[in-house]
Amino acid sequence: MWQYEKKLQYPVKIKTPNAKLAKVIISQLGGPDGELSASLRYLNQRYAMPYGEVKGLLTDIGTEELAHFEMISAILYQLTKDLSIEEIKASGFDTYFVDHTTGIYPVAASGAPFTAAYFQSKGDILTDIQEDMAAEQKARTTYDNILRLADDPDVRDPIRFLREREIVHYQRFGEPFRSWCKKNGPELSPGRVVLFTFLQH
Amino acid sequence: MNERNMLLGKIKKYDFTLKELNLYLDTHPNCRRALAMFRKYKELRSDAAEEYTRRFGPITPEQVSDSRRWTWVDDPWPWERR
Repeated sequence: MWQYEKKLQYPVKIKTPNAKLAKVIISQLGGPDGELSASLRYLNQRYAMPYGEVKGLLTDIGTEELAHFEMISAILYQLTKDLSIEEIKASGFDTYFVDHTTGIYPVAASGAPFTAAYFQSKGDILTDIQEDMAAEQKARTTYDNILRLADDPDVRDPIRFLREREIVHYQRFGEPFRSWCKKNGPELSPGRVVLFTFLQH
Repeated sequence: MNERNMLLGKIKKYDFTLKELNLYLDTHPNCRRALAMFRKYKELRSDAAEEYTRRFGPITPEQVSDSRRWTWVDDPWPWERR
């Protein structure tokens, strides 16, 4: 089960609202490589995982992603607070505003609402871990793109922290992946991996 | 039922009581009776959790006390039937 802690993992203190920036950063809330899809991916994959170390990793990273989901929400909240109607119209935020006002709702930057189709839970440990490593890289690229678009140091600072976490998660997922390959060899077919997973139980 | 499951069951009951009091207090933040009950069950929960983690291992990562092994990753996990 879960407990909530009344604090952010890393501080978010943005002095200047910027709806245009909110429009792109929202992709890390409800977009294809965002924090919500990351969290649900790991928390759903845990059940097919036969190793305690990786069950722990998926639980702990899946939980940390929820804290990142909250940080992104805090960034969006502060970027869209006290906007004038003129600013909303000029920034292009009006297309979001008409449906959600300034409520926080998980969509991609394109406006597509969040969907579980953004992630997989394949029941095959190597397939899942490789998806997880790819997901961390895709999220890191998205943060790199946000850093290309954002000038405000108040925004760049928490975004840089989140980008670094993607790299750390990628490294942690890479460790069980590498030790599996070392032990079993890369020639192992996916079918045999599924069988092995089954036999572990 | 073994001792481990019995003790864990006790913690779950205290946690559920605390959760119910928590929700009630969210909408009745000045209710002294509920506040007193919350305090009482928090103590019972804390004693039970202390005994459980000492004898059977951590419920949260911060409770790992073993200096040789990170016992957080040890089986069983809550979704496993044991």
